[in-house]
Amino acid sequence: MTNPLYQKHIISIADLSRDELELIVATAKQLKQTPRPDLLASKVVASCFFEASTRTRLSFETAVQRLGGTVIGFDSGGNTSLAQKGETLADSVKVISSYTDAFFIRHPKEGAARLASEYASVPVINGGDGANQHPTQTLLDLFSIYETQGTLEGLNVAFVGDLKYGRTVHSLAQALSLFGCKFYFVSPTALAMPDYLCEELNQVGVNFEVVDDLEAVIPKLDVLYMTRVQKERFDPTEYQHMKANYILTAKMLADAKDNLKVLHPLPRVDEITTDVDSTPHAYYFEQAENGVYARQALLALVLTEEFS
Amino acid sequence: MPQHKLQVEAIAHGTVIDHIPAGMGIRILKFFQLSNQDHPITVGLNLRSKHQGKKDIIKVEDTVFDVTQANQLALFAKDATINVIDDYEVVEKYRVTLPDAIGSVLSCPNSNCISHDEPVSTKFHVSEAASGVILKCHYCEKSFNQRLFNELN
Repeated sequence: MTNPLYQKHIISIADLSRDELELIVATAKQLKQTPRPDLLASKVVASCFFEASTRTRLSFETAVQRLGGTVIGFDSGGNTSLAQKGETLADSVKVISSYTDAFFIRHPKEGAARLASEYASVPVINGGDGANQHPTQTLLDLFSIYETQGTLEGLNVAFVGDLKYGRTVHSLAQALSLFGCKFYFVSPTALAMPDYLCEELNQVGVNFEVVDDLEAVIPKLDVLYMTRVQKERFDPTEYQHMKANYILTAKMLADAKDNLKVLHPLPRVDEITTDVDSTPHAYYFEQAENGVYARQALLALVLTEEFS
Repeated sequence: MPQHKLQVEAIAHGTVIDHIPAGMGIRILKFFQLSNQDHPITVGLNLRSKHQGKKDIIKVEDTVFDVTQANQLALFAKDATINVIDDYEVVEKYRVTLPDAIGSVLSCPNSNCISHDEPVSTKFHVSEAASGVILKCHYCEKSFNQRLFNELN
């Protein structure tokens, strides 16, 4: 049977149904357990990074190579015809897609991946467009949650830190809203979840609470999703005063449930102290590794008609 | 019997957009670039209205809007009515309804949206929420309250 993601663009998490999300997670699990080093043996995939990225680019390129495909591309926009000669993204995309079987795009402008998908003749996978979407991060988050909890259904999930600007938080909340999870939002008031997103969650009947005390909520949680509060958004005194409330230490996990896992999209600065790393709850480095499997799963599904 | 004098002169053929909230007439002309066309246009501002107190009205001669075009007006005048005129008679009359999407006429308020840099038309998905009409950009996926577009103008 043809898989439903064959030759599809992967632009925004909102474009994916619950069944498609489950298919990607199941495929990532399968590829982690049973590597398929020849699956993309005849495929060429372009890696088009118009802005720098460490984990996303390296894990995308690793994913292609682990499946036996070939990667071409660039790792910053500065040397491209767009920057040097004023070519439009639309024209660049038409040309790149004529050389390749699929491509990843990361771009500083919001909506760039959607636009690319409208001009490309091969599947486009969004590797992050400005502050908008980063769907493959959400897919690796979902895979990590599924891997550690055995389900995506009905979990208690806290999101902590910068909930206003954090695109990973927005996308993960949208995805988990399809699975009946309960959310706890813990953030400084200035970095609270945007109203429009809370309104969207209300419209689909998601149960969520805004809470002040991270430690008090920890015993209820299955997943604790930490994010970085960026220093530059506060004056130094305000930052010092505020950050203490949004730092996770090993001591705070004393009453956590056994199955609680701490996730973080990385890089972390000081919002998770290093003593958490050695607790059984820390899962952020495994989560980063899962980026390779989640991206392998997407490539396998998008480029292989009858992958199973 | 007393003759009722029209507040704005009648047109022979075309479209009358009636029941526009007072103050929105000029904005609608600008948003939808009606004045850039060759057809004669008559605009009435702050006219007396039984139901609205005051209203604006736009008469566009020799032009009939299709339903899609007319419904785009609902973003700024949700109670507007469209009267199609032929030989000075109203031959069709309907109230506009909020469209699912609106294209081309509005620019995205997000300055970092790719639609500002590339040869594409804008498109917004339209929905209604407790806080009002929400327009979500097809490209950058940011959501904006319709009131923001009024303020930007």
